[in-house]
Formats: sequence, structure tokens, C-alpha cells
Amino acid sequence: MTRREGSAFSGLGVVFLKEFADQLSGTRMRLLEALIVLTAMATIYAAIQTIKNVVGEDVFLFLRLFTTAKEPLPSFVAFAGFLVPLLAIALGFDAVNGEFQRRTLGRVLSQPIYRDALLFGKYLAGLATLALVLLAVWLLVTGLGILFTGLAPSGEEVARSLLYLAATLAYGGVWLAVALFFSVVFKSPTTSALAAIGVWLFFTVFWGMIAGLLAPVISPVHYGFPEEVLRQAQTELALARIAPSTLYAEATLALLQPEVRALGPVLPAQLEGMVLGTPLPLSQSVLLVWPQFAGLIAASVLFFTLAYVVFQRMEIRA
Amino acid sequence: MMAAIETKGLTKRYGRLVAVEDLDLVVERGEVFGILGPNGSGKTTTILMLLGLTEPSAGTVRVLGRDPVREPLKVKRRVGYLPDTVGFYDELSGRENLRYTAALNGMRGPAVEARIEELLGQMGLLDAADRPVRTYSRGMKQRLGLADVLLKEPELVILDEPTLGLDPQAAHEFLTLIRSLKERGLTVLLSSHLLHQVQAITDRVGLFRKGRMELVGSVPELAKRVLGGAYRIRVRAEGEGLEAALGAIPGVIRVRREPGGYLLETERDLRPDVARAVVREGGRLFALELEEPSLDEVYRAYFEEVKRDAA
Ligand SMILES: Nc1ncnc2c1ncn2[C@@H]1O[C@H](COP(=O)(O)OP(=O)(O)OP(=O)(O)O)[C@@H](O)[C@H]1O
Ligand SMILES: [Mg+2]
Repeated sequence: MTRREGSAFSGLGVVFLKEFADQLSGTRMRLLEALIVLTAMATIYAAIQTIKNVVGEDVFLFLRLFTTAKEPLPSFVAFAGFLVPLLAIALGFDAVNGEFQRRTLGRVLSQPIYRDALLFGKYLAGLATLALVLLAVWLLVTGLGILFTGLAPSGEEVARSLLYLAATLAYGGVWLAVALFFSVVFKSPTTSALAAIGVWLFFTVFWGMIAGLLAPVISPVHYGFPEEVLRQAQTELALARIAPSTLYAEATLALLQPEVRALGPVLPAQLEGMVLGTPLPLSQSVLLVWPQFAGLIAASVLFFTLAYVVFQRMEIRA
Repeated sequence: MMAAIETKGLTKRYGRLVAVEDLDLVVERGEVFGILGPNGSGKTTTILMLLGLTEPSAGTVRVLGRDPVREPLKVKRRVGYLPDTVGFYDELSGRENLRYTAALNGMRGPAVEARIEELLGQMGLLDAADRPVRTYSRGMKQRLGLADVLLKEPELVILDEPTLGLDPQAAHEFLTLIRSLKERGLTVLLSSHLLHQVQAITDRVGLFRKGRMELVGSVPELAKRVLGGAYRIRVRAEGEGLEAALGAIPGVIRVRREPGGYLLETERDLRPDVARAVVREGGRLFALELEEPSLDEVYRAYFEEVKRDAA
């Protein structure tokens, strides 16, 4: 028997492997997979019906698979934006309080590992699970696309869609961190699930409205000068960007629609010399969404840190 | 050498409630120490502070010479803890649960499998080893818990009510097993409500009441303090005026009438003097035995006394 000397992350790998295996073998996972695969198939099928007629006219046909909607179904992107947070919350809402309920926490934390190793291992396992599911869905979409349109995606399209996948993972990571945080704060998994879903609803549904109401208060338009109007629009956008869903929507837009040249209000001066409608090169699109990416990661770090701070001082009366 | 456990002025407050107050506890290496006391007297809270599972409000803790809050890994690598309600991952088998604990302790290699097998055998769990823990009975989980504690070959084991939910036979076996740990040189701290068994396996006990450890020592020492006399002699005898004669023997503290005889509290083993006194009074002597004071009596007498004092 050999013993490893303990670092701050002693046991992290052990926790990660166990949690990852648990996630993949759980019933919860089967349900979510089924849900995601069904929606992916339905939206892609609908999109294909719409874009079949424009084959040959559009250089980014493959990307249109993700963004095209056909009544009554929304696009794949819209569906993913809705389902991924729910999936992330489902993976994390009982991470810590579930162990409390099973009375395993006292036993595990009396082993030589730090509490952050346990928390981080659980977070990484959730993220890895999410990544695995997203990758599977991506393969499914790509496969269906090739099958039905008979066209292979270009290198740039593959790169763009994979970056979109990475953005989706970062977005899911935020909600995973939120769920983890609530699983530390609340002793009951039902409460933590509801709290996480509540926060998600708040940001996704109500925050835009609140930003719209707050912007005129913060940056009022007194005389109707264009600068005033612009400032108000900028304030509203800045407020809206507090919501992870806004950041994610912007990232998605710029990555999957190469013709998008700027995010937010655009001044005529900025458009000078540009040919409208020409797609942006990939590197430029990446630069465009870089702040959004950073914002999503910062939000995950924030919630993870909050969870850590609360967990660190918590009494473990299992 | 450092004591296994040493606390000074250890205190835990929950708002205005003082769960543990000013506790000075020393448990020597190789000792089996029992902590006793009514529900809510602060036993579990004390144990949690020893393990760094809750932060003390005041005071210091040293476990195997180290501070469990500052150096948690160094302490936890050498201390095994069985919580009062032990839980396992239900969907995993007993063996898999033990493997996880071993991995968390950084134990790897074929020797670990052999050790798990050996412990499962010792706990009589070999037949159930590969069944999910969901299918285990309460007592089986408890035994798996002890295997889990011993897996890392600890120097100190802390057991919170290890016999909770065990049938009398299983509880007895369990405690015999715990006693055998002492022979292997381990230090044991346990809390329990089974006074009879605790007496049989502990070297010293501490009596908790409302967050304070008010009495500490070996059972005969406590008996002397609580019951007065350390020795008790049960006399089965008949005859006139015996009670007065027995009371007059030097060294007898108290004489109590019992059906068929008397119970004497004495300072020493006075059996020969008692026999002589009975014969001298012309009484008929049937039996004479020296009785070890039981922890049960000490406990009951102590808490009755406290209640009387409070009233
Ligand atoms: N988280 C908490 N918040 C407030 N009070 C608490 C908390 N945990 C425990 N207490 C109180 O601390 C006191 C000591 O509790 P503790 O669990 O240490 O008792 P115990 O001696 O282990 O009892 P038992 O024999 O029932 O296990 C009790 O009065 C209890 O109500
Ligand atoms: Mg207790």
C-alpha cells in the first residue's frame, strides 16, 4: 500500500472519478439524454425541411442547421439555450445536500481530503458529464446534417459549431455552479432545485424586462439628443449582460452567424467602409465573443467561490 | 509522548445555547475512553470539534499532537471516525464503498484489496460484500462502518454511539471487537448509552451534563465519589439485631436492608469482619459477596443527586 502525501487537491481525482461514474450511470442521466436527443432530432429535421431549398446558395448551410426554426418548432439553438441550464441544474442541485441526506458526508470528510477537493471534484464531474452529452448531441446533429443534405461541413463550420459547443458548456457551467451553491446552502434537495430554477427563470425571463425599466432611470433621455438615446441603449445592454443568458445568446449569435459584425448598438460611423452582409472571418468572430466567454467563466467562478466559502465553515453533523 | 487527545477550555456555542462548555479532556495513548451523558449533553458536539467537522467557539484542541482545524489532513489520515448515524452510497456494494474510502486515503495496489477482504471477513460481511448497501440491515451497515474506520489503520478511533440499533448479541460482539483494538495499541474514544457494556470495555469514562464534563475517572473512582463507598458487600443473613451490629463494624459507611439480607457500603473489603459480626450476633449466614460498583448505579445516583440539588 502506498500513500500519497496530501496536496490541496489530494483526493480530487478520486472524487471526480466516482462522481463522474455516478452521473453517467444514474437514471437521471438516461432521462435527460432521451430528452435532449429527441429535441435535437426534431429541430434538426425541421430545419432541414426549410433549408433544403437553399442548398447551394448559402455558404454556411451547415451552421443554419442550428439556427433555423420552422413553425411550430424553435431552432436547435433556442432549444439548447433552454434545456442546457435545466440539465446543468439537474446534475448539480443535490451534489452536497444529497450526501447530507444519505449521511455520507461526515464519513467522507473525515478522510484526508480538503473540502474544496470534494466540491471541485463534484463540479468537474458535472461539467465533464455535460461536455459528454453536448458532444454526443453535436455528433448527432452533424451526422443528420450530412445524411439529409448530402453536404459535408467546411472546416470553418466545424470550428464555429465546436466553439458554439464550448460556449454552451461555459453557459451550462454557470448553472451547474449555481445549483452546487444552492445544494450547499439548502439542506433539502427539493429546495435547492427550486431555488436554482428560480434564479434561472429570473435571469432568463424577467431580467430583460427589469433592465428595460431600469435603463431610463439610470440614463434618462431629457432632450432627445442622439447621444442620450445611445447612452440609454448602452446602459440597458450593460444591465442585460449581467444575465448569463444574454452573454450566451450573444456568443451564440456571433459564432453561428458569421455575418454578425458587432454585438450591441452600432453607430453608422462604425459601419463605414464595410460591405454589409459579408461574413466575418472566424478569428474576428472569436475576438467579438471573447468578453462574453470571459463573463460566463467569471460567473461560474463567482458562484463556485460562494459555494466554497459557505461549505468551508459548515458544520457536518451527518 | 503527547496524549492522543487534549483539549483546553473547549467551548461550542450555538447562539445563546452552550452545547459544550470549557472542556478539559485528556485521553492518553492506548486508552479506551467512554463519554456518557443524557441526550443533548454535548457528546456529539465534542466529537465533531475533535475532527474539525465543526469549529470550536473557544479553546484549543490537539489530536495526536495536531490542531484538527489547522492541519486537517495530518489528523484525518491517522484518525478513524464512525458517525452516530453512518451512511453509505446505497447503490454501491459494501466492497465498493470501502474501495472509495481507501482511494480517498491514497491507498492503492493489491494489498488494499486484501485488506478490504480481511476486514469484511472480520465483520462477518463476506456474504453480503458484493450486494448493494441498500439491501443491508441496520446492524450490517454499522459493521461496515467499523470496517470503514479500520481500513486506514488509524492510531485513534472515535466512535459516536457505535452500538446504536444493534441487537444485544451484536452489540456485545461489537464492543468485544472494540476492546480488541486496545490490544493492538489503538486509542479509542466512544460515546454510548449502554452503561453496562461501556463499563466492560473502557479504562476511564467522562460524564457529561449540559455541556460540561462533570466527572471523569475509572469506574471505581467514580463510584467512590458518587456512591461514597467504593466497596459494596451483599450479605444474605438472618438474625436479630444484625443491622446495628453490621453498622458498628469500623469501615462500614452505610447499611441498607434488602429482601433476605443487607447491602453494605464499605471503605475496604470487610468480608471477614462481616462474617465474624454475623456469627457473633448468633445470626445465620447464607452468602457473602463483594460487589463491583456498576456504572449503571453510578450514573443513576449521579443524575438523581444532581436533580435533587437542582430542586
Ligand atoms: N446546529 C445546531 N444548532 C443549535 N443547537 C444545536 C445544534 N446542534 C446541536 N445543538 C444543541 O447542542 C446540544 C448538544 O448536542 P449533542 O448532539 O452534542 O448532544 P449529544 O450528547 O450527542 O446527545 P445524544 O445523546 O442525543 O446524541 C443540544 O442541546 C443540541 O440541541
Ligand atoms: Mg449524539
